[in-house]
Amino acid sequence: MASQALIKDFEELLGKENVFSSEADRQTYSYDSAVLTPVVPALVVRPVTTEQLGLCVKKLYENGIPMTVRGAGSNLSGGTIPDKTETVVILTNGLTRILEINSADLYAVVEPGVVTVDLATAVAKQNLFYPPDPGSQAVSTIAGNIAENAGGLRGLKYGVTKDYVMGVEFFDATGEIVKSGSRTVKCVTGYNLAGVLIQSEGTLGIISQAILKLIPPPAAQKAMMAEFDDIQKAAEAVAGIIAAHVVPCTLEFLDNNTIVRVDDFTKSGLPRNAAAILLIEVDGHAGQVADEAQVVEKVLKAKGATAVHIPKDEKEKFKLWEARRMALPVLARCRPTTVLEDATVPRSQIPAMMKAINGIAEKYKLEVGTFGHAGDGNLHPTFLTDKRDKQEFHRVEEAIDELFDVAIKLQGTLSGEHGIGTAKAKWMEKETSRGTILFSQRLRRALDPKGLLNASKLVGI
Amino acid sequence: MNTLHNLARRLMQMDDKIIGCMKCGLCQAVCPMFGASGMEADVARGKLALVNNLAHEMIGDAEAVLDKLGRCLLCGSCQASCPPGVKITEVFMEAREVVTAFLGLHPVKKMIFRTLLAKPELFNFAMRVGVPMQGLLFRKTGQPQGTVCAPMLNFMLGDRHMRPLAKKPLHAVHGVIDEPKRAGGMKVAFFPGCLGDKMYTGMGEACLKALQYHNVAVFMSDKFACCGIPALSSGDALGMMKQMKANLAVFAQADFDYLVTPCASCTATIKEFWPRYADRLEARDKNLVSDLAAKTLDINEFLVKKLDVKSAENAAGVAVTYHDSCHLKNSLGVAAEPRAVIAANPNYTLKEMAEADRCCGCGGSFNLFHYDYSRKIGQRKRNNVVASGAQVVAAGCPACMMQLEDVLSHNNDPVKVKHTVELYAESLR
Repeated sequence: MASQALIKDFEELLGKENVFSSEADRQTYSYDSAVLTPVVPALVVRPVTTEQLGLCVKKLYENGIPMTVRGAGSNLSGGTIPDKTETVVILTNGLTRILEINSADLYAVVEPGVVTVDLATAVAKQNLFYPPDPGSQAVSTIAGNIAENAGGLRGLKYGVTKDYVMGVEFFDATGEIVKSGSRTVKCVTGYNLAGVLIQSEGTLGIISQAILKLIPPPAAQKAMMAEFDDIQKAAEAVAGIIAAHVVPCTLEFLDNNTIVRVDDFTKSGLPRNAAAILLIEVDGHAGQVADEAQVVEKVLKAKGATAVHIPKDEKEKFKLWEARRMALPVLARCRPTTVLEDATVPRSQIPAMMKAINGIAEKYKLEVGTFGHAGDGNLHPTFLTDKRDKQEFHRVEEAIDELFDVAIKLQGTLSGEHGIGTAKAKWMEKETSRGTILFSQRLRRALDPKGLLNASKLVGI
Repeated sequence: MNTLHNLARRLMQMDDKIIGCMKCGLCQAVCPMFGASGMEADVARGKLALVNNLAHEMIGDAEAVLDKLGRCLLCGSCQASCPPGVKITEVFMEAREVVTAFLGLHPVKKMIFRTLLAKPELFNFAMRVGVPMQGLLFRKTGQPQGTVCAPMLNFMLGDRHMRPLAKKPLHAVHGVIDEPKRAGGMKVAFFPGCLGDKMYTGMGEACLKALQYHNVAVFMSDKFACCGIPALSSGDALGMMKQMKANLAVFAQADFDYLVTPCASCTATIKEFWPRYADRLEARDKNLVSDLAAKTLDINEFLVKKLDVKSAENAAGVAVTYHDSCHLKNSLGVAAEPRAVIAANPNYTLKEMAEADRCCGCGGSFNLFHYDYSRKIGQRKRNNVVASGAQVVAAGCPACMMQLEDVLSHNNDPVKVKHTVELYAESLR
């Protein structure tokens, strides 16, 4: 609990309605989407202007109070869980204005708390396209997406959040405003600090504004689903599609465990015996889409797909895609606790990774279902457990340790899109190097001499 | 002993339900309360965390938790879109009951729920006395919704624009109705609900007209009590049970094929909540409850599914937009039928509004205790209604109608509010 004097100061600055000091309110900012122990902050503040945001940071810096910035609190790595009980949480959901959508210069300028899907909808109304579509896009905020470098289903063809950040403005630990990037495609003025802020998880600065790249939307789409009796063949099909120089906008994968569970739940007649299914969508100009769909179909058949389904209309596509939409909800209903991982490997290594995942689950007597973004090797092995069962949960932790070992051995990465936070900090050095950790820590200490910004996240300070 | 520890133990019985929350936070996208306040404690994830903390004795302030639980419209939007399928409204209802039992029910609420609403004679008498006084207290707003306001009752009613009580309630106009089945026809028990009996009698009349037109015999008592949802929302299961029992005594006397109501909340209560509390009844009443629940239908669903009411062809006329009541769409899955009922009148054309299924912000007694938020949430609904360009907004629940009239009236909008069956009945000769 913060001191009465501090509470009063913030109430004067932001208004009583934007300062949450009661125990009940504070407890609701003690967690995020990661399965980690909550930490109740001392105070929660919600600036509603950029100026107020800067003054909040400055005040906390002057008082030496640790701070954690929070958007929707939907990240999966603990990035918005307060570091200590002295921490003050700064909310960005009072800053939700889309300041500009420029269809001549193809960019948007937004405040940090704009919800991803709200931006996507607003630009779509002007016939423009903001592609990053993380699974949490209905609630996640743009600044959260930038701070975590959020991905999504369209990563393979359209890239991830970092590919759409043209510039950011942010407050450093002391409350000074820093600006990087511009509304122009080209900009080499100074260090690429916007790049440094991307995936910095609230440790280097607090984003107050972003300039985001927009693109023209694709004119046409075509979807299909393919069944395989062997994961290896599915992976070869993925590689084959890319080798044929087709880059689908969506190339999703579901393993047999997931297929069976989804079918149990939806009774929609999925191929229960298939080892894997791929959901593929190509988009672009109508002629190109027709050509590419033909190529994809040919590759799928050549690589041994046991069946290829091509939906005739939107309604059929919606039904085919249900399997993917329902994957996480269905897995989440199987057991009380769902641990959703995002270890990522080069796409050619998907069969090896899948074999390892299922082997590890068997070794530790755990249930796992895997789905994910086959096109970019970003798999979501989802462990189904009950965190109240201490023994079983310990086995989950051991399994995840081993999973990361395998991912690194296969030249992959700990985290494709969920971030490091505190959840994966202990494995950072294994994937990178001692020097990487030290370099990052020195960088942090130089920029944040009092060690106040999300101190325990990433590499620590 | 009534200790925090015992409260926690009682709440721990819900642990299996609560732990299902994976804290994804997707409820933020659909929660009307969160949309208005932006506070995590107002969204399902936050409330579940607080109930969980109370159950694990990690928070001592039960009153604060109850206060947060009260900041919820029980619209069920979160539950309808919850990825792990947590039975959120069940948890909230039960938590309200358990924590209210621990803290004690406010004496005024106790009087209203356990005496006034459970005793139809008393409630009807009180309203009868109240009607002539309205002229003294209410002032016409002059708005097309026919609303009044009550500056002298501002301390109690706030700045509400509302429909005055009917000069004569539905049950007083008709007395007891108990028609014999006509050849080849069905018989229904028609439960108008408190608002249908005492405020929106036009809606009740329209329903009776439609039933008559379709050769359906009607049973309607003058001894119906409140369905119990206001008591239940306030955590007063005892009061709700009293009201339920008063109604069971009436239904036990009659013979009918279906129980039909024009009020989404009454339908959901009888169909979903009564059975949940039936375990606490004697065997005979328990069977009656499950029998009634199986026979209960929203009137739109009844008209479409049992009487085959269909959309009219070549409809062209007044533009009407439809608001999905939470208790119809989220609780009962009734969304297509009310639209078909509107379209059955060729003089109307249905024009969908944006976010038709987003809560209007009434939330029953939520509206009484959080009128400021209720209005804020209602304003979003009003904006969508007005943007649709419709001249009429229809709903399948008088509570939503009350809220829609309030917000439209406050904005000087020339949009009328009607029940779907009122529109349909206009086409019947």
